Amino acid sequence: MKPVVRVASGQGFWGDWLAAPQRQVDGGPIDYLMLDYLAEVTMSILQKQKERDPKMGYARDFVGAVDSVLEGIVRRGVRVVANAGGVNPHGCADAILALAEQRGVRGKLSLGVVTGDDLLPRLDELMAAGHPLASMDTGEPLATVRDRVLSANAYLGSGPIVEALGKGANVVITGRSTDTALTMAPLRFEFGWGDRDWDRLAAGIVAGHIIECGAQCSGGNCLHEWRTIPDLANVGYPIVEANPDGTFAIVKHPGTGGRISVPSVTEQLVYEMGDPHAYITPDVVADFTTIQLEQAGENRVRVFGIKGGPPTDKLKVSIAYRAGFKAVGTLVYSWPDAMDKARLADRVLRERFKMLGLTFEAILTEFVGVNSTHGPLAGDGAGADEVQLRIGVRSPDRTMVERFTRELAPLVLNGPPSVTGFAGGRPKVEDIVAYWPALVDKTVVSPVVEIRS
Amino acid sequence: MKVRLVDIAHARSGDKGDTANVGVIALRPEWYPVLVRELTVERVAAHFRGMITGSVVRYDLPNLHALNFLLHGALDGGGTLSLKTDAQGKVYSTALLRMILDLDAAEVKARGLPAAGD
Repeated sequence: MKPVVRVASGQGFWGDWLAAPQRQVDGGPIDYLMLDYLAEVTMSILQKQKERDPKMGYARDFVGAVDSVLEGIVRRGVRVVANAGGVNPHGCADAILALAEQRGVRGKLSLGVVTGDDLLPRLDELMAAGHPLASMDTGEPLATVRDRVLSANAYLGSGPIVEALGKGANVVITGRSTDTALTMAPLRFEFGWGDRDWDRLAAGIVAGHIIECGAQCSGGNCLHEWRTIPDLANVGYPIVEANPDGTFAIVKHPGTGGRISVPSVTEQLVYEMGDPHAYITPDVVADFTTIQLEQAGENRVRVFGIKGGPPTDKLKVSIAYRAGFKAVGTLVYSWPDAMDKARLADRVLRERFKMLGLTFEAILTEFVGVNSTHGPLAGDGAGADEVQLRIGVRSPDRTMVERFTRELAPLVLNGPPSVTGFAGGRPKVEDIVAYWPALVDKTVVSPVVEIRS
Repeated sequence: MKVRLVDIAHARSGDKGDTANVGVIALRPEWYPVLVRELTVERVAAHFRGMITGSVVRYDLPNLHALNFLLHGALDGGGTLSLKTDAQGKVYSTALLRMILDLDAAEVKARGLPAAGD
C-alpha cells in the first residue's frame, strides 16, 4: 500500500480553466487527476446535444484535457477520474480512444466506463412500480411534469469507480457520479477501505468536497484577506495528500499562486452546505461538525478527526424538465440622476406591457450598480454615476417573452434620456430547463462498469 | 458600541435549488461566541426581510468557528428559473456581512473587537 496518495483537482465545473489539468499533472508528483464537469442542470444540456447528434452528450472539454495530460498518464502512471461522460459515457470513451489512436498511444489507455445512472428510459416503468420521484423541494410527484422531462440521472457513489480502478483502468469516465466520489473512490481503492469503514469513507468525502470546486479552496473566490492572496494569475489548484488512516492535507504545487490556509479551506467547507451533521452521499453520511483543520506549513492545511455513519437506502436523482421561457435585457443610464432615469424607464416598460396585454409569471427589475446583489440592504442609488437597468421576465408562453425582447430598444429613442449600452441587440429568449431533485430506492439502480481499450 | 460584522467574520454562500446558504466564519476563534449569541435566526431573518420568502435555519459548527444559515426562498425559484443577477446566491455572503452589531463597550474591549469607525 502506498503511504501517501495524491489526488489533484483539475476542473471544478464544465467551463473551468482549461490550463488547470496540465498544470496539475506537470507541476509535481500526483497519483490521480480528478475532473468534475457536472453541475445540476448540465445533464439536460448534454441530453439536448445527444438528441441532435447521438455521438454527443458528454463534456467535450474533457478530450482536450486528456490530450493535455496524455504524457503524464502514459509515461508516469497518473490516473484520471472524471464525470465527463454526461449522458453518453461510451460516446465520451469513443472520443478518447480516437484521440489515443491519433496520438499513437491506443494500447496504453484502459478506459473504465461507468453507466447505469441514466433513468430516463425507465421513468415510466419506475413510476408504474410505485416510485413517485417526488420533488425534494415541493413534494409534488414527478407525474406533474413527466411530459416535460428531459433527463433523469441517479447520483452514483464510489463503488463503480473503485471497481473500474481495480480492473486496471487508467482513465475512468462516469456519467452522473457524485462530485465527491471522484476523489473518495481513488483513496478507497488505494487504501482498501471497507464499505462500512464510515470514518475513513467520510474523510474521503470531505476531501472531495474541499477540492471539487477547483481553486475555490486555494485562494479563488476567497474573501478572507483577499487583497493579500498572491499571484492569482498563476493560481495553484488543490491536491489532497491522503494517508491510509483517513487523515489528509490540502496542498498545491510549489511555485504556484493562490493560498491554502485554514480560512480558505473553511470557506470552501461551508460552500453549498446544508445540515452539517448529515452530508448525505450514496456511500456514507459525513458529519462536518467533526472536521478539524490545522495549518501545517505554508499552503498546507491538515484535515483530521472526521466521523461518518451509514448511508440511507436511497439515491438522489437529478431530473431536468422544461419549465417555460425567460429573457433578460439591460440598458445603461448615466449621470445626472441616473437612478431616477432608470426607475422611470422601468415604469414606462411595465406600463407598455399592460397596454400590450403582456402578462408574465414573473417580472424582475434590478438596478445594477445599486441593488442587484444586496437588494434593500444596499443604498437607494441617489448620486450614482451610472445605473444599469436589468429587467427579466418569465412565462410558459414563448410569444409573450418574444414580444418582451422587442420592447427594450425603443426606449433608447422614446424613453428617459442619457441612455446607452444597447449594443448587444435584443435580448435572447431562453428555454428554461429546471431542476427536479428526487430520491429513488437504491435497489432499483444497477451501476455497470466496462473496460475499453 | 457598533461593530461591523464584516470586520469580525468572513463568509461564503451558495445555492441548493431556491435556498441560499451562507456560511459565516469568525476571523478569530475568540470572536465566535459573539456570532453565536448575536446572529440569531430572528436577527438574520429580519436582516433579509424583503429579500427572502421562506424561513431561516441555522446550524452551528464550533469546530470551524462557523455558523451555516439556510435562507429558504432566496433565489426567485433558483437555478435556471431565477431572473436574478445572483441566481446562485453567490453574494448573499457579503449581504449578511453588512450587518452592524451593537455590543457592550466592555465586551468590545475585553475581546479586542474592532469598533466601527476605528
